[in-house]
Amino acid sequence: MKLMLGNEAIARGAYEAGVKVVSAYPGTPSTEVTENIARYDEVYAEWAPNEKVAFEVAIGASYAGVRSMVCMKHVGVNVAADPMFTAAYTGVNGGLVILAADDPGMHSSQNEQDTRFYARSAHIPMLEPSDSMEAKEFTKLAFELSEKYDTPVFVRTTTRLAHSQSYVEECDRTEIAVKPYQKDITKYTMMPSSAIGRHVKVEERENQLKVDVETMSINREELNDLSLGIVCSGVVYQYVKDALPDASIFKIGSVYPIPIESIRAFSKKVKRLVVVEELEPFFENQLKANGIQCEGKNLFSKLGELSVYEIKSKLIGEKTESLKADLPLRPPVMCAGCPHRGVFYVLKKLGLTVSADIGCYTLGAVAPLSAVDTVVCMGASIGIAHGFKKALGEEAAKKVVSVIGDSTFIHSGITGLINAVYNGSNLTLIILDNSTTGMTGHQNHPATGLTLKGTPSPILDLVELCKVVGSKSVTVVDAYDMPAVEKAVKSAIDEEGVSVVIAKRPCALLSKKYPPALSIDGCKKCGACLKIGCPAIEKQKDGSARINSSLCVGCGLCVGLCKFNAIKGGEK
Amino acid sequence: MKTDILIVGVGGQGTLLASRILGKFAFLKGLDVKLSEVHGMSQRGGSVVTHVKMADKVNSPIVARGEADVILSFEKLEAARYLDFLKEGGIVVTNVQEILPMPVITGAKEYPSDCLENIKKAGIKVVEKDALSLAEKAGSSKAVNVVMLGALTKYLGLDKAAMLEALKATVPAKFLEMNLKAFEYGYTE
Repeated sequence: MKLMLGNEAIARGAYEAGVKVVSAYPGTPSTEVTENIARYDEVYAEWAPNEKVAFEVAIGASYAGVRSMVCMKHVGVNVAADPMFTAAYTGVNGGLVILAADDPGMHSSQNEQDTRFYARSAHIPMLEPSDSMEAKEFTKLAFELSEKYDTPVFVRTTTRLAHSQSYVEECDRTEIAVKPYQKDITKYTMMPSSAIGRHVKVEERENQLKVDVETMSINREELNDLSLGIVCSGVVYQYVKDALPDASIFKIGSVYPIPIESIRAFSKKVKRLVVVEELEPFFENQLKANGIQCEGKNLFSKLGELSVYEIKSKLIGEKTESLKADLPLRPPVMCAGCPHRGVFYVLKKLGLTVSADIGCYTLGAVAPLSAVDTVVCMGASIGIAHGFKKALGEEAAKKVVSVIGDSTFIHSGITGLINAVYNGSNLTLIILDNSTTGMTGHQNHPATGLTLKGTPSPILDLVELCKVVGSKSVTVVDAYDMPAVEKAVKSAIDEEGVSVVIAKRPCALLSKKYPPALSIDGCKKCGACLKIGCPAIEKQKDGSARINSSLCVGCGLCVGLCKFNAIKGGEK
Repeated sequence: MKTDILIVGVGGQGTLLASRILGKFAFLKGLDVKLSEVHGMSQRGGSVVTHVKMADKVNSPIVARGEADVILSFEKLEAARYLDFLKEGGIVVTNVQEILPMPVITGAKEYPSDCLENIKKAGIKVVEKDALSLAEKAGSSKAVNVVMLGALTKYLGLDKAAMLEALKATVPAKFLEMNLKAFEYGYTE
């Protein structure tokens, strides 16, 4: 027995199931699944530039006859949705599993969409485990179901399952023989004539599954006190067990399709039936549509996470006094020495409207930098700025710039740039190139020169890429050199056509050796250095600034901000 | 035996390592255990909370509000932030170090230096440790987490030998000696 993260257990399950090919793009809370799979020599695993490409790689491996998996966070499913909906038609050859990680409560996401609706809308079965042991077992089952029913199969997690550890019993890997690929355009070439036939198969398979889930052991009834019956799935099942130890429970393992007749039978045994689910009333609406009376979202919010406390207070009315005082918040901030900080300082100083993107640099929106205006989804910064420019007059449009990270640019920013060139935008694009995928914990990407497995690969040259798609100018500056950043951004704004500024400097957390910490001597209390929002510069009670030497990494960004030359030491 | 521990602190202080040592400890003691961590956005200098639950059988991996036996805090203000999780009769074991959050750094808010006094006034037992000094004395300011683990072991009366075995199994060999010192300082001083 071993303690494992939910994500590690899913990787283990895929390994034991004989998975051969895994492709993914990092995204919290799914990233560690792929990182853990990469450790097994028997499995080919890679980072793809985005979830759509990753999905297509997994489809190809499945058609070729091996078990394959693709991993993503919930918003990644949006990116992969195009191949996904049609892969549901073609079905599989080798088993194909989609790991999709939802983030109720938005610990590290821009929305809290409910991926279960994708299962229903694409007609792809979905399983949801409730602890690490189930995470491993359900993943193995997902591969079996995929081959048995000729369909991709989802394994859905939420943050609390993905990032919780519990015991797992390991088993040996089963090597699965490659199933020969046989050309069959009625199955693998989706055009109207063949897709019409496949849609029939999708419906047939789903009807069969609806019958078969009724007898699957992953759906089970736990009869106890019959005055209250709870329908739930995933980690919420664990909350219910703690909150209502006496209640009867129907635990759903196949969240799509659900075993509706078994739930109907359960509903007849209990006096009061309550669906307890996070996010949308996905189960509740299906129960009601099938004539099963129940409660659910009349009691529980669609927003955020559920908890043991929430379930107790709503169902047995138990409440405790809150002891909370009015305390200063501690929001996440860019690290000391972060190469993004100086760029945002400059953008704010220039009074620009900043269309930013997804990554650590989203934190450029937080006070005191407060430099970011818009953030929507991966790669959106460029299209949004272009839209702003086309909507405004020439002079006003000059005030709008795009900011995107290197990994996000490769993920889905490149097409936005091509669009801006094609459609004659006077776009200024700032690429914050920190040579890694930062927020998710430093994963490699096509411009780092290393693959997921750590083997060297050709380095995607961002400068040449931007030039070759038609950018008028591409300027590379040191992200720590604020005067150079300012000069480059100003000249890019004044230029006709698309201009790119690449602010380059590796993520501060990747550095092994830092220059010595700085110090302040003779502070005049003007507060200029505090405006850069560095966690290492602290305002003291008397109004003077102090550098916290345990946090300062000597980046020197603040040195030039002090008109009195009071900040000493560190790198010039 | 059921022990619910909430480990709180600031992103980067090593709450994750501390919870993994406790996980190993529970394993060695033959207990069921679940841990819950925070990754991604919340790690960037933000307030972080890690849940450790051990018992004969653990269901939810998340410590429920009002049910923590102990809040193990690596930073003073964070001890106060999560007080709602503490059960009646539960204790707070905290580092007295102050790490200023951004609203304080910029001067928008004041650091509530008296927050531990207010907890004590509410009748809650608070164990205070100058973990940063003790960690530095052991050889690294990064060992605050292990100092606090030493303090936790003492004040919860946990099996010290098993905790040391869990520590040895979890930290890298080259930092073991320093961590053993840090643990001992947390346990005794």
